[in-house]
Amino acid sequence: MKNGFKLDWLVLPMIGVVAVLVLWMITSSTISKELPSPGKTWESSKPYLQQPFEKRGEMDQGILRFTWYSLVLVAKGYAIALILGTPLGFMLGLSKVFTKAFDPIIQVLRPVSPLAWLPLGMVLFAGAKSGVSEMAALFTIAVCSMWPTVLNTAVGVRAVPQDFLNVAKVLKLSRTKTLFKVLIPATMPYMFTGFRLSLGIAWLVIVAAEMLTGRPGIGGFLWQEYNALVYEHIILCILTIGIVGFILDRLMSVVEKRFKVA
Amino acid sequence: MPFLQLKGVNKGFGSGSGRMEILRDINLQMEKGEFVAIVGYSGAGKTTLISMIAGLSRPDSGSVTLNDLEITEPGPDRGIVFQNYSLLPWLTVYENIYLAVDQVFPNWAPAKKQQHTETYIAMVSLTPARDKRPSELSGGMRQRVSVARALSMNPQILLLDEPLGALDALTRATLQEEINRIWQQDKKTVILITNDVDEGILLADRIIPLSAGPSATLGPSIMVDIPRPRDRRAINHDPRYKEIRREVIDYLLGAGGRPKTAVTRKLMLPDIEPEDLSVPRNVLSPRRSPIRRSEIKKETVELGS
Ligand SMILES: Nc1ncnc2c1ncn2[C@@H]1O[C@H](COP(=O)(O)OP(=O)(O)O)[C@@H](O)[C@H]1O
Ligand SMILES: [Mg+2]
Repeated sequence: MKNGFKLDWLVLPMIGVVAVLVLWMITSSTISKELPSPGKTWESSKPYLQQPFEKRGEMDQGILRFTWYSLVLVAKGYAIALILGTPLGFMLGLSKVFTKAFDPIIQVLRPVSPLAWLPLGMVLFAGAKSGVSEMAALFTIAVCSMWPTVLNTAVGVRAVPQDFLNVAKVLKLSRTKTLFKVLIPATMPYMFTGFRLSLGIAWLVIVAAEMLTGRPGIGGFLWQEYNALVYEHIILCILTIGIVGFILDRLMSVVEKRFKVA
Repeated sequence: MPFLQLKGVNKGFGSGSGRMEILRDINLQMEKGEFVAIVGYSGAGKTTLISMIAGLSRPDSGSVTLNDLEITEPGPDRGIVFQNYSLLPWLTVYENIYLAVDQVFPNWAPAKKQQHTETYIAMVSLTPARDKRPSELSGGMRQRVSVARALSMNPQILLLDEPLGALDALTRATLQEEINRIWQQDKKTVILITNDVDEGILLADRIIPLSAGPSATLGPSIMVDIPRPRDRRAINHDPRYKEIRREVIDYLLGAGGRPKTAVTRKLMLPDIEPEDLSVPRNVLSPRRSPIRRSEIKKETVELGS
């Protein structure tokens, strides 16, 4: 029993990792000579991993330092997404008229790629004296990651059981009290599912945003190293982005679960 | 002038071809302090009826008046205990009740509201569970919170929609005693919806059967003239109890019963003739298999209630 358990979470994932490493090794030594081998990648990444917070230059910093920059930018854009998306979701969930008016445009804007939004963001904030690229990046993150929050909140509001609304009616709760005592708590589980999905998208978008604006961060570093032909670091960045994204998702699902129970 | 009056109330749902008439020509008069039980089939429209008295929905035609005033919306003068408790799961027992108290008595000092809340928690013996959330309570405890919430609003009339329907028999009996005790205490006007005739007889002054739907209507009132306090063990042997019980059940199975529906279905009679084992199993001699094939017949079955 205990052995089977270990097999599940330790041995089988290890087999997966080894399989991918072998495939990578074979690819780099046969069909794609430009692709650095796992060994070379490790050698070249060492300084970035061993001194993760080192700052040697604007675009030559430890990997966690870059990650930190990216996380800060994501946090800001994500906060904007939640602050705008949650009320928007509530309005969609509460008002049929509002839904009819805005749902079509939301469905059209939702699939637009961050690569398309970013130039628009640049244009939008072109008049600003400084920080144009940061504002454009934030705009892109917010506008792309907002939709899961908006849509899940709306679904959650529509799914509030009639029983709870009846309680609100019988107690004659005011509109504000109904919102804070009944609607928001009842929608919480849906909202947090939206929040988790939004965070995933925000983290996806950061790379594109940094690449196009050249800001220091994990995505900016990736793009710079591609241009500098240091391909090992592209792989280092990809792995870091993946791991950070995974951790963020786990953290959010812990939070999400807490609200599911309540 | 009756305290609560329903006159010619009709109610249906849907429109066009999807229209369903649920309640037809409902007439009911209740005096202050009376305890009336309405007994009926599930799906007949009991919840629909009580929702109209609560003011959560309006009749299609006819009138519902309390103290001669038309009921148009919910109000704290009518305390309702919903069929499925309807406690807010994110609030504790105390908070669920306090929310109601705070709404109904906004001008009281906080200390008085708190004390009032505690009183009603104690009334249903839930003081040890005051800080628990509904998910941590048993069905019977949840129902008691729901009753305490309704009573804490000090309503003129208490509407109980199958309050004990989801509980096991023992918890049910305990809570029946509790409802009885509370009613004896402050003689509120009560409407109890139930599907249990015995429960109605034990608690009510008057039982009214609701006929089976669609287009359900109230049957004749049957007075429960058994002196109180009624003892659930002794009552079983009371001849009057048996009489009332029979009257209600006769109405529900007879005049107010379900319309009989007939269903025609196909039956397949199996091969009943045994194989002839003396014949050797052989491709050339198919006589071993039954002589009579499966037979298909039609049958019409009348469904009772
Ligand atoms: N809001 C509604 N819309 C459509 N049909 C409804 C609605 N509420 C109740 N009904 C129908 O009315 C009938 C009676 O329901 P209900 O009053 O809940 O029955 P009971 O409480 O006696 O079990 C059922 O057939 C139900 O499907
Ligand atoms: Mg019901």
